[in-house]
Amino acid sequence: MNDAFVLLLAAFTGYEIISRVPALLHTPLMSGTNFIHGIILVGSLLVFSTARGTVAEVLAWIGIVLASANVVGGFVTTERMLALFRSTRRRDASGA
Amino acid sequence: MHEGALLSDLVACALLIGGVKAMSHPRLARRGIFIAGVGMLVVIVGNAVFGPAVTGLRAGLAFLAVALGGGLAWYESRRVAMTAMPQMVALFNGLGGGAAALIVVTRLFEPGRPTGLVLLFGLLALAIGGLSFGGSGVALVKLAGRWSKPLRFRFQNGVHALLAFVILGVGVGVLLHSGHGSRLVVLLAVLSVFLGVAAAAPIGGADMPVVISLYNALTGIAVGVDGLMLGNPALIVAGTVVGASGILLTRLMARAMNRSLGQVLFAHFGDAAASGEAGSGTYKEMDLADAAVTLAYARRVRIVPGYGLATAQAQHKLAELTELLRQRNVEVRFAIHPVAGRMPGHMNVLLAEAGVPYDLVQDLEEANPEFPQIDVALVIGANDVVNPGARTNPASPLYGMPVLDVDRARRTLVIKRGRGTGFAGIDNPLFSAELTYLLYGDAKAVLGQLVGAIKSL
Repeated sequence: MNDAFVLLLAAFTGYEIISRVPALLHTPLMSGTNFIHGIILVGSLLVFSTARGTVAEVLAWIGIVLASANVVGGFVTTERMLALFRSTRRRDASGA
Repeated sequence: MHEGALLSDLVACALLIGGVKAMSHPRLARRGIFIAGVGMLVVIVGNAVFGPAVTGLRAGLAFLAVALGGGLAWYESRRVAMTAMPQMVALFNGLGGGAAALIVVTRLFEPGRPTGLVLLFGLLALAIGGLSFGGSGVALVKLAGRWSKPLRFRFQNGVHALLAFVILGVGVGVLLHSGHGSRLVVLLAVLSVFLGVAAAAPIGGADMPVVISLYNALTGIAVGVDGLMLGNPALIVAGTVVGASGILLTRLMARAMNRSLGQVLFAHFGDAAASGEAGSGTYKEMDLADAAVTLAYARRVRIVPGYGLATAQAQHKLAELTELLRQRNVEVRFAIHPVAGRMPGHMNVLLAEAGVPYDLVQDLEEANPEFPQIDVALVIGANDVVNPGARTNPASPLYGMPVLDVDRARRTLVIKRGRGTGFAGIDNPLFSAELTYLLYGDAKAVLGQLVGAIKSL
């Protein structure tokens, strides 16, 4: 039951940390959070390590494949998007 | 739980949250993804080392699964063009949702399956994960342009509500028959995926970014609730943070289009009746030489890129044209609509890739007041985001959406692939306006020819 309190606090945290995001970063940020829920891989590995019975084992194994794709793909996609901003950003103020 | 695993979870949570925070600031964004990446490594390695001991064949199989899923995703996401990035987000989000649902199904097919509150959490995660899996699949297909006509019928929202009630009923059934309900569990999973597909089917392409963002948040919630079922704090925190921030982000995106989330989901956009009005007026074409002169001798030019620029991969040619015009002392700026392209920020990413200086880029609020003093507005493959009907025609499905007021410029040139309507299938009076001239062709080819023509002036 303690976990429910953790969830509650995390919900407020998530809402607060991105209060002001420029439209420029909407897509990279969405992609970045897409990477973060790839943490489900930890759950998939955990469930696979204790799975009993063939059906459970096969399902859990497929889960690992999907979750791994989520983590790796989410990271690469986000990194590629954000890498594009690096070379051209020189300063914050927009002079003429 | 082992103390080492808890410690790695704690460190990872701090890094992941810090990473998201950094990714919401332009200057720190790139650092943010690496911070989050380190957090992910810590939690995965920590749980592998301190978690339940796994050896032999099982460990090998787990390693194989990670290598397979990770390898394919690595290959695919490295290989695709920047223009296909939105599809990639939809794809990996759907897979995450599928994984979240599979964890629950796995647990329910084992002896000693969960009961009570833990079972309730599991069923929630299963339904939400399944929804996200199905919906992301539809979003993926729609973004790839393989499904352009939204599926709509009467009482659609009612049918979806009914489906949701059936899912709820099946869920209660599984809770009550906690001894034997594996067939009900499968039914629940199938129905949830189906509802995800059905809910996304009627939503028009222009709204897809908002929908993907919503499904992204849903996957986060599914992961968080999975964490409740498994009693794993890292999953709870990371999943819930994604869920909550994702819902806020979804609302920000919807607001950029002057629409509420409810309108996107339930008041389906661009209904056939409204777009049925045929395009009135005639379209005037301008030949390339005239267009080149018009641009080269203008004082102030605003360039409005859209999805057509992305599909034609024309961003480098555009950068070349920009450089050429600036050498001739033409004031060039880019006016970027918040939802130009298929995703918010899509155009900024493309222009950055082509090396267009960041300070030449204007957003909607900066650009619009200037249009009456602009000599030439050059629209490249954009349509709905420059439709003046959104301002003037209450019957237009776009009515109320903020658009770039290119029709107020002294002259508008539009590079357009064909004579069709935009992604949302809505007629655009800009194209037949008195001061608008069209240049038909692939954006890359037309821009290349313009560059050549201006060089030879």
